[in-house]
Amino acid sequence: MEQPIAVSATTKAQAHSSRLRRTMADVWKMRTLYIMLLPCLVWYFIFKYLPMYGVIISFKDYNFSDGILHSPWADPWYKYFEMFFQSPYFSQLLGNTLLISVYKLLFGMLPSILLAILFHECRISWLKRWVQTLSYMPHFLSWIVIYGISIAFLSETTGLLNRWITDMGGSAIPFLNGVEWFRSVLVSTEIWKDLGWGAIIYLAAISSIDPTLYEAAKVDGASRLRMIWHITLPGIRNVIVLLLILRIGSILDAGFEQVFVFYHQRVYEVGDIIDTWVYRTGLQQMNFSLGATVGLFKSAIGFILVFGTNKLAKRWGESIW
Amino acid sequence: MVSGKSDKVFNAFIYTILLVVAVTAIFPLLYVVSMSLTPYSEVIKHGGFIIIPKKISFEAYERIFSDPALGRSMLVTVFVTVIGTLINIILTTLAAYPLSRKNLPGRSFFLLFIIITMLFNGGLIPTYLIVQSLGMLNTVWSLIVPGAIATFNVLILKSFLESLPEELFESARIDGAKEFRVLWQIALPLSVPSMMTVGLFYMVGHWNSFFSAVLYITDTKLYPLQVIIRNMLLLTQSSELQAEVTVPTAAMQMAAVIAGSLPIIAVYPFIQKHFTKGMLLGAIKG
Repeated sequence: MEQPIAVSATTKAQAHSSRLRRTMADVWKMRTLYIMLLPCLVWYFIFKYLPMYGVIISFKDYNFSDGILHSPWADPWYKYFEMFFQSPYFSQLLGNTLLISVYKLLFGMLPSILLAILFHECRISWLKRWVQTLSYMPHFLSWIVIYGISIAFLSETTGLLNRWITDMGGSAIPFLNGVEWFRSVLVSTEIWKDLGWGAIIYLAAISSIDPTLYEAAKVDGASRLRMIWHITLPGIRNVIVLLLILRIGSILDAGFEQVFVFYHQRVYEVGDIIDTWVYRTGLQQMNFSLGATVGLFKSAIGFILVFGTNKLAKRWGESIW
Repeated sequence: MVSGKSDKVFNAFIYTILLVVAVTAIFPLLYVVSMSLTPYSEVIKHGGFIIIPKKISFEAYERIFSDPALGRSMLVTVFVTVIGTLINIILTTLAAYPLSRKNLPGRSFFLLFIIITMLFNGGLIPTYLIVQSLGMLNTVWSLIVPGAIATFNVLILKSFLESLPEELFESARIDGAKEFRVLWQIALPLSVPSMMTVGLFYMVGHWNSFFSAVLYITDTKLYPLQVIIRNMLLLTQSSELQAEVTVPTAAMQMAAVIAGSLPIIAVYPFIQKHFTKGMLLGAIKG
C-alpha cells in the first residue's frame, strides 16, 4: 500500500526539481535581459524605494548630524501627526486641496470627453487634424509660461481682459492677486492647458468601438445624437471609470507646480495646498520630520482611495485590475 | 430629406465649436508674441497694449538677451535637456524591452516593483534627503538623475514593444542574434514612433522643469531657463522699473515667455504626428 504514495511523492519531487531546473535554465538563457534591467532596478531602488524607507523620519526627530538612520525616535511616536492634525492650518490646507482638486476634476473631465466626441463626429478630416494639433499644444507649455500668458490677459494694469472691462466702464478685477478669483484662475488655466490633451485618451477609446454598431444604428434610422448617447458613451464608459479612479486616487494632488507658480502670500487662505505647505514648512523652515509626516499622510490617503474606488467600481462591473 | 437638414445643422454646430477650441488654444500665444513686439510708443498712443500693433520692435528681445543670466540659464537648460533626454531614453528602453518579453521569469514581479512606485511614493522630503546624501545638491545632475525614468513612459514603450509580432524576434534569435543586437537592429527601428513620443515627453519635461531647480539648486549660476523667466515675471511685476525704459516692462516679460516656449512650439508639430493614440491607452490599461 505504501508503494504508490512513495512513487507519486518522488515523481512530484522530480517534477518539481526539473521545473526548477528548467526555470533556472530559462533565467540563464535570458541573462542579457536581466543585465539590461539591472540599472533601472538600481535606479528605482535608490530614487523610489529609499525615499519610501526615508518616510520613517515621520516617527523620528530628524536632525542633520544623525541622519535618517540614527536620529532619535519621536516621543510619542505620533508626535508629528498630532502636530499636523491639531495645527490651525490642517483644515484650511485640506479644504483648499480638496476644493481645487474637485473643481479641476469636475470642470476638466467633462469638456475633454465632449471634445473627443466632437472630434469623432467631425467629418472634415483636415479640420479635425488641425484642431487636434492646436488643442494638444498648450499641454507642452510650462506653468511658468502659462503664468506669463495669464499676466498678459489678467494683469490688473496691462491685462487684455481688464482693458476690455475698463473700456466698457467696469473697474479692473484683480484676477491674479485677489482671493475671490484665485481658484477660478487655477481651474481655468488648467482647463486651457489640458482640454485637448485629455481628449486623446477618450478619442482612442471611441475609435476602438466596433464600427458595425454605428452602421446598424444608421440602418435603424437612429439620429447622430442618439448614436452618441447609445453607442459612443457606453463604449467609453470603462475608460471614463478608469480615469475617474486614477483621478480620485490623486485627489490630494491639486497641482503642486501650478499652485507654486501662481500663488503668493496674499492668497494663502484660498490657495495654499498640502504640497506647498510641505515645501515651505518641511524644506524652507527645515522641519523635515513634520514635512515627511504630511507627505506620508498624503500618500497613504491616495493609496487607500485608489483601492477604495476600485472596489466600488468593481461592484458596478468596472475596475482597473 | 429631413435627416439631411438636421445633419447639416449638427455638423455646423460641431465645426463652430471645434474652431472656437482651436482659436482659444492659439490666440493667447499670438497675443503674447504681439505684446513682446510692441514698442513703448504704441503703448502710449493707445493707452495700453492692443492686439495688432502698427509698429513693431525687437528691442524687448535684445534687452532680455543682453542679460548674461538668461544666456547662461539657456546653456544649463540645453545641457540638461540633451543629456537628460539621452539618459532617459537609454534607461527607459533598457527597462521596457526586457519587460515586454512575456516569457521572462520574474516579469510580473519586476512589473509590480515599478508600478507600485506610481501608487505610493516617499514624498518630497525623503527624496530631497536622498538627493542630498548623494551629494547632488547644486549640481546639474540633481536636475537629471532623480527623474531619469518615468514609469508611465516605460509602460508606453513596453506596451508598444508587446504589440510587435513575436516571430520577428524569434527568427532573429534562431539566426543567432544576441539580445542587444535584437534590441538594436529589430526592436528599435520598429519603435521609432513610440520612441519619438516618449522622447518628446522627456524632452518637454526637461525644458519646462523648474521645480527640481527650486528644490535642489541654490547656486544662481546653475539656474535653468524657467527659473530665470519666473524671476523676470515676478521681479518686474513687483518693482516698477518702467522709468527710463523705451521698452514696456510687460513686453520684456512676454519676450521671456516666448523665449521659454519657442523651442517646444518649434519641435512639437514634427513629433506630434507620431502620437499613436492607442499607445497612451495601452499604457494606462497595461
